Amino acid sequence: MRTLTYAQAIREAHAQMLELDQRVFVIGQGLWSPWYAGASLEGLDREFGCARVVDTPVSENAVTGMAVGAALAGLRPIVFHPRMDFMLLAMDPIVNQAATWTYLFGGQMPLVIRGVINRGGEQGAQHSQALHAMFMHVPGLKVVMPSTPCDAKGLLMAAMADPGPVLYIDDRWLYAEKGEVAAEPYTVAMGEAVVRRSGRDVTLIGISWMASECVRAGEILEREGIDAEVIDLRTLKTWDKVTVAASVSRTGRAVVADGGWRTAGASAEIAAEISERVFDQLLAPVARVTLPDTPAPASRGEEQTYYPGAEQIAMAARSLLKRGTRMKRAAA
Amino acid sequence: MTPETGWLLERWETMTLIRHAEERIAEMVDSGEVRCPCHLYIGQEAVAAGVCAALTTADTVWGGHRSHGHYLAKGGSLAGLFGEVLLKVTGCAGGRGGSMHLAAPEVGIPGTVPIVAGTVSLAVGAAFAYKLRGEDTVAVAFFGDGALEEGQIHESLNLAALYRLPMVFVCENNLYASHLHWSERRVADNLYRVGEFHSVPGEQVDGNDVVAVHAAARTAVERARGGEGPTFIECRTFRWRGHVGASFDLDVGVERRGELAEWLPRDPLQRLADQLIERGVEDLAQQERNIDARIGGAIETARAAPEPVREIEEALCAR
Repeated sequence: MRTLTYAQAIREAHAQMLELDQRVFVIGQGLWSPWYAGASLEGLDREFGCARVVDTPVSENAVTGMAVGAALAGLRPIVFHPRMDFMLLAMDPIVNQAATWTYLFGGQMPLVIRGVINRGGEQGAQHSQALHAMFMHVPGLKVVMPSTPCDAKGLLMAAMADPGPVLYIDDRWLYAEKGEVAAEPYTVAMGEAVVRRSGRDVTLIGISWMASECVRAGEILEREGIDAEVIDLRTLKTWDKVTVAASVSRTGRAVVADGGWRTAGASAEIAAEISERVFDQLLAPVARVTLPDTPAPASRGEEQTYYPGAEQIAMAARSLLKRGTRMKRAAA
Repeated sequence: MTPETGWLLERWETMTLIRHAEERIAEMVDSGEVRCPCHLYIGQEAVAAGVCAALTTADTVWGGHRSHGHYLAKGGSLAGLFGEVLLKVTGCAGGRGGSMHLAAPEVGIPGTVPIVAGTVSLAVGAAFAYKLRGEDTVAVAFFGDGALEEGQIHESLNLAALYRLPMVFVCENNLYASHLHWSERRVADNLYRVGEFHSVPGEQVDGNDVVAVHAAARTAVERARGGEGPTFIECRTFRWRGHVGASFDLDVGVERRGELAEWLPRDPLQRLADQLIERGVEDLAQQERNIDARIGGAIETARAAPEPVREIEEALCAR
């Protein structure tokens, strides 16, 4: 099978959807410039025309509202926000309108809202935010966050096929990741996690960039004789509680790794659900690896400590194993 | 151009339907039978009737919290309206929305919502869809003067102009946003000029004159269908009741100023009835009774209908 980068896989999904369905169009800022979207939208304007690949004025609110209205009028829009920070200007069309509309009025909202997490590079507090938990909170919104090229394509096509609305959140830190991607159009089922690595000692649960860090953490732990299971959630709303609960009930230990903040973050929801579902099987409290509850720093040095990765996930797993052993011994 | 008597009579019927339906809703609010917040349109009927008369069934109108009039003028059913304000399953939103959430997609009302200016950009998107598909459908956004204080309107004007979309912006300037008079929210009384900066032509009309409203709307709709882009129409009018609820003299707890006495003699419905009587139309009272009978029937149907069942709603809103 071919190998594509994550960004190329996103671009291919767009191109195939534009090709296959005349109702699909893409709208947002930076569509005609590779600077904003990297390779993920490159050349789509030339291939499909500027009427269907629309680079807009700096009007996040009304442009997102346009996408909602166009979906109601029978089109299948993908509205693009090259940085999630700016997507906050569109909270009304996303949270008030798109999320409640079909509950109120029936019908469908075949709308994909694409937000990019674009942090690092000394971009600072307002160009770096990972705000997926805010949207996960809202009934009526679905949230997908792929971590591999294969899922990046398949989940985007699934999001577009869904009655919607779906938030598709991708991460610039993953754009260069390579992986096998089928050439033909395909979907990856929303709501289904995938076990990236099987193991008996501890379950590492990650999403998007942090799922890839969980895979690396699993490799680190393996060298130390710790057998970690790694679950990539892929979909954050509605996330796959069954797969997670089954895994944690076997391993008895869970580390939830999330690239968002700690308080009321995605990790808090996942940890709470694990406690509710498999409390009796837990050998240790659920551990969380998240951003600290502060805005993103700008300087390179501070960025390196601000963003956790595989090492922090591995460290959390080790401490659970120590603690779990003690608990087991006490019980015995 | 002077409209024909038959055309005027149709507008009178629409406006009477809105007026009488809302007077019944006002009674039901006062009695406590209707509990959801109702923002009554009484006094503004000529705007909805005049604009919607310029539209086809396929054209869409997008409204806000005060949209009973838009809904009825565009052809939404009385049973759906009363079912919704009573929150019954027969309501036009299945009893999940109430007065502020009306919809009848089959006659071009995708939905009305109470977030001020919330549907304006949605109308822009619908117009974008019509243009992309090469249809000659038009989208009309209804909003109040308060909506001009929201940034979304300004973004929407620019986008509609930039893409030359088949769209009409209809601002119903009833002088108040909730309890605040326009002069407490703005320096200049010049809303119709808001589009100038974005190259959207604007016009101010007497919103209590259905013929004037219709003439402006027809011109704007023709421009939209002809590919000439959006138009902004400011309709000057006044709501007789408070911002929400049935009261004449209170506006969100604040005593109203004295303008009602000035505006009651400018009653858009009475003005139209006077024209019809001048032209020799005699049976308005009988037609009023017919309209009232339809309204009464719709109310009885709604009263008899069941309320939404929570389990069904939970199934709809999957976790």
